[in-house]
Amino acid sequence: MSAETERSSTESCPASGLDFEDTALTLTLRLPGSSSSSAADADRKRGASSSTSPAAHQSPSLAAAGAPPAPKAQVVGWPPVRSFHKNALAAKFVKVAVDGAPYLRKVNLHDYAGYDHLIRALQDKFCSHFTIRRFGNDETKLVDAVNGTEYVPTYEDKDGDWMLVGDVPWKMFVEACQRVRLMKNSEAVNLAPRAAR
Amino acid sequence: MTYFPEEVVEHIFSFLPAQRDRNAVSLVCKVWYEVERLSRRDVFVGNCYAVRPERVVLRFPNVRALSVKGKPHFADFNLVPPDWGGYAGPWIEAAARGCVGLEELRMKRMVVSDESLELLAKSFPRFRALILVSCEGFSTDGLAAIASHCKLLRELDLQENEVDDRGPRWLSCFPDSCTSLASLNFACIKGEVNAGALERLVARSPNLRSLRLNRSVSVDTLSKILMRTPNLEDLGTGNLTEDFQTESYQRLTVALEKCKMLKSLSGFWDASPLCVPCIYPVCAQLTGLNLSYAPTLESSDLTKMISHCVKLQRLWVLDCIADKGLQVVASTCKDLQELRVFPSEFYIAGYSPVTEEGLVAISVGCPKLSSLLYFCHQMTNAALITIAKNCPNFTRFRLCILEPGKPDAMTNQPLDEGFGAIVRECEGLRRLSISGLLTDKVFMHIGRHAKQLEMLSIAFAGDSDAGMMHVMEGCKNLRKLEIRDSPFGDAALLGNVAKYETMRSLWMSSCTVTEKGCQVLASKMPMLNVEVINEVDESSEMDESHGGLPKVHKLYVYRTIAGARDDAPDFVKIL
Repeated sequence: MSAETERSSTESCPASGLDFEDTALTLTLRLPGSSSSSAADADRKRGASSSTSPAAHQSPSLAAAGAPPAPKAQVVGWPPVRSFHKNALAAKFVKVAVDGAPYLRKVNLHDYAGYDHLIRALQDKFCSHFTIRRFGNDETKLVDAVNGTEYVPTYEDKDGDWMLVGDVPWKMFVEACQRVRLMKNSEAVNLAPRAAR
Repeated sequence: MTYFPEEVVEHIFSFLPAQRDRNAVSLVCKVWYEVERLSRRDVFVGNCYAVRPERVVLRFPNVRALSVKGKPHFADFNLVPPDWGGYAGPWIEAAARGCVGLEELRMKRMVVSDESLELLAKSFPRFRALILVSCEGFSTDGLAAIASHCKLLRELDLQENEVDDRGPRWLSCFPDSCTSLASLNFACIKGEVNAGALERLVARSPNLRSLRLNRSVSVDTLSKILMRTPNLEDLGTGNLTEDFQTESYQRLTVALEKCKMLKSLSGFWDASPLCVPCIYPVCAQLTGLNLSYAPTLESSDLTKMISHCVKLQRLWVLDCIADKGLQVVASTCKDLQELRVFPSEFYIAGYSPVTEEGLVAISVGCPKLSSLLYFCHQMTNAALITIAKNCPNFTRFRLCILEPGKPDAMTNQPLDEGFGAIVRECEGLRRLSISGLLTDKVFMHIGRHAKQLEMLSIAFAGDSDAGMMHVMEGCKNLRKLEIRDSPFGDAALLGNVAKYETMRSLWMSSCTVTEKGCQVLASKMPMLNVEVINEVDESSEMDESHGGLPKVHKLYVYRTIAGARDDAPDFVKIL
């Protein structure tokens, strides 16, 4: 019973068929149900289908269980862990790609308090010679100081559309974002124009 | 004694700091009552609805440190609906009118508004310590008021509160003249803080002994701060997730090495394994370590760190540590007194790499263990019996087997005998939480042996009313009893009504108590508030059987001299 289980990374987009190989720092957990719902709601939603529960984690006792699974799935407040603690462990890891870079990174959106924090972290992770340039119309771009290439932060939302980072309130973004791409400015012109403020 | 001058009596009382003793002496005679009440400095109110704030303030006008608790413990697990109550406002208002010498305020599980914090900040010229634990209802604007107006502030300790983050301004509200901070904990603030303001605040706080940062604080800021705080004893790190450059590591290590007084370490928000070696320089001096917010540290990372922590007395860790990691703890941490192993998954029957084997190993290696909170996948009676024999010093024993009602993993029997061994061997046991498959027998053992027990938590256990009645009869020192999803009904509720007067509170949810039973209790015991909490959308889940009487979904009973409270919401019926 003490053997460690390989933990695979969480699905960030069930329908996309992405496969979930890992960086060394694999995501090891998420709350049951959708990514940022409260544990109580998630318990209720889960029901009998355990699509969110990786096969490796099937409790042996469940397989042998005489107890019906359905009532368990709806138990509020069990296990008895403070919401603060549950929320603190909630992780939403998304892949971050930079046009032209050979590898992707993963970031946990819950680590960041807002867009500024995220952009700075992206700067740290990818290239210390990126600078952040802010424009009057609230646009933020990352600029490669070496060759002057401008990158626009974009993200793919739950509908599969590519959006400019920064339009919606931060929490909404965390909920909707499936992956992030720092797109070269030349490509970004194809995105929908920002709504007038 | 009554012929002694009052100053002498007061001086004698000054050797009795414990509230219980002071309560006792105040009953002796009127003179002693008067002397005692005017010299009382610490007041602890375990249930904010047990007494009216005005009455406390009237009796103890010279109180310096006030401590108040609000919601019942099960509120931590979302079992108490929002808006139930527990408002701090009346307490702060009463204190502002009646005891302006107040210096310290501690509140737990209460609803605190920004207006109340502002009133607090402006009403007490000598105010120096605010400790809020598991509270809600306020924002960083309220903290700004505290920072701005409390000139002598020594301690601002925010533990696991739900705080509405309105921006980083609050930290900059500490005036330049504020140099008295000894303890600052803002780990529960979700948003960013101004790094410059933080560094300047630390630089002008020579008495800083305890500093707990939040997730937003970078490694670089942390390193800079640590260079200024060589006397720091307790540190909560900021963000350790970033795959930062080697220079950042080295700076952090150098900074940590300067902190020769550092005894306690926490934070480690989503810590990356790459940060672990940074901590090595201080591991050998640590007595406290909290790694429960670091789910990305695997067992091997954790054991590498812990294998250096030979002086550890208190360890909080996630179950990622696994049984083999706990074996390393057992062989390294010979002075361990408190262990908490939290689950990293919250499925009802979630997998956990921690089982009875880990705990047995701990009990063998750490005989001083007295406080335990252990979430695990499975347990056995044999293990519990062994653990009880190895660690007779338990004062707090909380075991949570993740799957409700799970039997002994080897024998498939209930875990009655295992817990029975715990209560038999551990004569000083004050707090107990039980789980797994349990019959009325376990309660028989508890009633018979757990004579010092003050708090008991029961979930999915027992067969009949007899179970609860064993506890009510036998546990002479019981103060708090909380029960959920167990088959205890009106007979158990009414079996020993006088007992409730000796207890702080009783909580029962999803049991088989009916409203009729609650009404009988209320009418027999006028000094209790019997609160029936029924939420509308839960009614469909209520069982129609049980004699056709509607079952009470949630029941909260507590002794009080304040009468029925007037701030109860619609869904609470006070009988």
